Parts: sequence; structure tokens; C-alpha cells
Amino acid sequence: MTTVIREKSLHMGRSFVRVNFINTRGSRVPVCLAIPGKIVSLDAKKEYATVDYGSGTQRQANVTLVEVQLGDYVLVHAGFAIQVIEESEAKETLKLFREMLAFQGEG
Amino acid sequence: MFSLQDKQLADEIISQIKKDDVHLRFMHVCGTHQDTLIKNGLDSVLEACGITIGQGPGCPVCVTTPREIEEILLLARKGKTVATFGDMIRVPGDTSSLQQLKADGCDVRTVYSIDDAVRLAEKNPAKDIVFMAIGFETTAPTTASTVLRVPPLNFSVLSCHRVIPPALHSLLEMGEMRIDGFIEPGHVSTIIGLQPFESLSSRYHVAQVVAGFEPLDLLMAVWMLVRQVKAGDARVENEYTRAVRPEGNVKAQQVMNKVFTHTDVKWRGFPVLPKSGLLLRNKYEAYDARKKYEDDLVEFNDKEFPDPVGCLCGEVLRGLISSKECPLFGGECTPDSPVGPCMVSVEGSCTIEYRYAKKK
Repeated sequence: MTTVIREKSLHMGRSFVRVNFINTRGSRVPVCLAIPGKIVSLDAKKEYATVDYGSGTQRQANVTLVEVQLGDYVLVHAGFAIQVIEESEAKETLKLFREMLAFQGEG
Repeated sequence: MFSLQDKQLADEIISQIKKDDVHLRFMHVCGTHQDTLIKNGLDSVLEACGITIGQGPGCPVCVTTPREIEEILLLARKGKTVATFGDMIRVPGDTSSLQQLKADGCDVRTVYSIDDAVRLAEKNPAKDIVFMAIGFETTAPTTASTVLRVPPLNFSVLSCHRVIPPALHSLLEMGEMRIDGFIEPGHVSTIIGLQPFESLSSRYHVAQVVAGFEPLDLLMAVWMLVRQVKAGDARVENEYTRAVRPEGNVKAQQVMNKVFTHTDVKWRGFPVLPKSGLLLRNKYEAYDARKKYEDDLVEFNDKEFPDPVGCLCGEVLRGLISSKECPLFGGECTPDSPVGPCMVSVEGSCTIEYRYAKKK
């Protein structure tokens, strides 16, 4: 499974890969932005992991703030994984939205 | 799997909001939310549905005070190696900026992570490295974790970390404008969870939804806020369930609490807000740049640091005016020649407005 970090404009219909935000020179990295990626390797002390952001981009991230396993998806902010993403929740998000809207429609 | 794209669903959300026929004013407190709103044209889509959304004090670079900027400039002038995030380098102080000092020969480094600053200290044992630590609860744990891992003693932190909830309390307390609901910042919430927002709803009866950063996340958050307001509810809901747990990231909270204690600090555009700043605990004072370089900074004691003349960043940060309403916007103040920090930071609403307005 690949993780493509993409945002599609609702109006202009263009999409682009947002990995430019992971640029380590980092001159334009928003301070509250965090990017999802998958842990593909983990050091013995569980301090650093290699995170795959899709499109061939892999980077080291500090994982001391989270409890992680190989294969977990994490949100990475300023070089640190700050939270594990619930894969099941992520997959269900759109379905949940549709249900909420439909329920409202009935109500 | 993390990209939420569904045009039909977006249309359905917008059409339901339109049918509600409301006139509401919401506020978010995150530059990345502002970016999503403006870049995708959601601001005008929602305005057509009767919803106005303003950006509050959700830009860490922007709320940093002139005093803090002068502190780091002074330390750079006194020969310390200053490391910080890119946007901070360009924020103008009274007479200079870190970028200008760098051009003048001071040692100023841009880093992506505090880890980079520690590596700099390890590689340059003869240099004093000061990391200007900005950011809210998303970033503060990265500083705390670094301090706990015992970096070399030529490394120190100028903590400008702040926490979000006191600023929201202050906005509602001041009551300068109507706020029908808050779109709460998703990544701050991954750390702190939902509980710290609850007293806002109970005290001020304000609706709140924690939201993610895709266009659909924001539309859904607005839809949820409208439902709450229409039902007369005021509670904290979570739209960003894939990343935000009700309890937050407990490990990160523990790390933060171990290293920091809360302190009263001023925010740009705000008065001193009780317990809104993060100060290194005494146990870690060897890493506290304000204590370590007390003698260098002593000349600032009792000194006042005014905001730049004519700059309305304070009013923008309190959501009282939009960037375009500032007389300096786009004329005297542009991203190439900024007067205030809201025109510097990629999270500042003036930069965002300028960037996308030019493309329209």
C-alpha cells in the first residue's frame, strides 16, 4: 500500500503531491503541519524510524513520543512522530461522513 | 488511504449547510486550516452559505512577542549560534531580523527539527547553540523529549512555546466579537486530546469541533458546528478521529509535563495570558537560555518592546479584522518586505491572503 499525500482543489481540479513540506532545509514548513507516513524500519532502541511518505520519499523520524511498531502509520511533525494514525478509522472516515449526512437527511 | 477526496460528498455537505440558512461566525486557530480554506476557495463557498470563518491566534511565529524576538537577536549579536525554524528567521524586530544579522556575519541556522540543532551542538563543541523554540502543543513535546535525552551542555533552549486553550478563553472573555464556534486545531489536539477544550464550552456555551486538514475535513467540521448551534448545543466534537484520540497522546503529555511548567506570558495582540507559556523546570535550567545567558539579557530587564508602527497583526490575531483590512497590507507590508509576522509566516493569515489573492 502506498501513501500518497495529495490534496485536490475542489474548484480547480488540480492535485499535487505535498511532500515538498518535508524538505529538510525547511524554510517554509508550517509549524503545526504534520504529515502521515508508514514506518518501514525501526532502530533497536526505538528512538528513530525510517518513515515512507510515498512517491519514493523516505526520511528518519524521531519516535520517542509514540509507541510504535513496524508498519504503523504515523503523523510526523518537525522530525518527530506525534501520533499513530488509526488505519481503520482513516479507511472509515468517508463512510462515517456519508452516514452522518444521510442520518441528518432523514432527520 | 489518507487522502479524502469525494466531490459528491463535498457538494452534499455544502448543500446541507446552505439549506440550514444560517448566519454564523466561526474561528479556527491554525495556519494550516487557513491555508486549506483559502487555497481551495472554501472561504467563499462557505460565505455564500452564510458562514464566515476567521483565523485567530493560530500561528506560533505570529504570536511571538517583540520582546522574544529582541532576546534572540541580542543573543545572536553576542556571538551565540542561533538555530530556529525557517519562518522565524525573517520576522522583523525593532531594528533587524535574524536574516539581517546573518547577512551581517552572525551565526544563524535554519533547522527543520530540534534534533538538527542538537546535532549542530554535538559537532561544534566550542560553539554555544541557542534553539529558539516556538510552537504550540504540537511542537513543545519535541523540545521536551530532546531535553530529557540530555543534549550537550553547549545547547540551550529559548522557550517561546505556548499552549492554545488560554488564548481561546481570553478571546471569549474579552468578547470583542461574536464567535459562534471554534474549529479546533487537529494536530495540537493529537497531543492534548479533547478534555482541555471542554471548559470553554461549559463556561461560554460555545460549539467546538476538532478538525483535520483536508478540504473535506473542514467542510465536515463546519457542518458539525452548524448542527450544534442549531440544536442549541455547546460541546467538543471530534471530526479528526483518524488521528485524535479523546485522551490525546498521553506519552507526549507526560514528557511535556516533566520538562515544562506553565507560566504567564504575553502574546502578540493579547495581554499577559495566565498559564499560557511553557517554561523549563528548574531541574533543566542548564538548558534554559534565559537563565544561562541572564547576564547577556540583563539589559532588557524592565524594557518595553512596542509592536511595529502601524502594524495591525494584533487585531488580525484576535480575529477583529481580516488581513485585507490592514492599511499596510500589500503596500507597505508584503512577504518580500514584511512589517509584522503575519506577513512572514506561511501560517500567517496575511501571507496566505497575499499568496492566494495574487493568483486569483
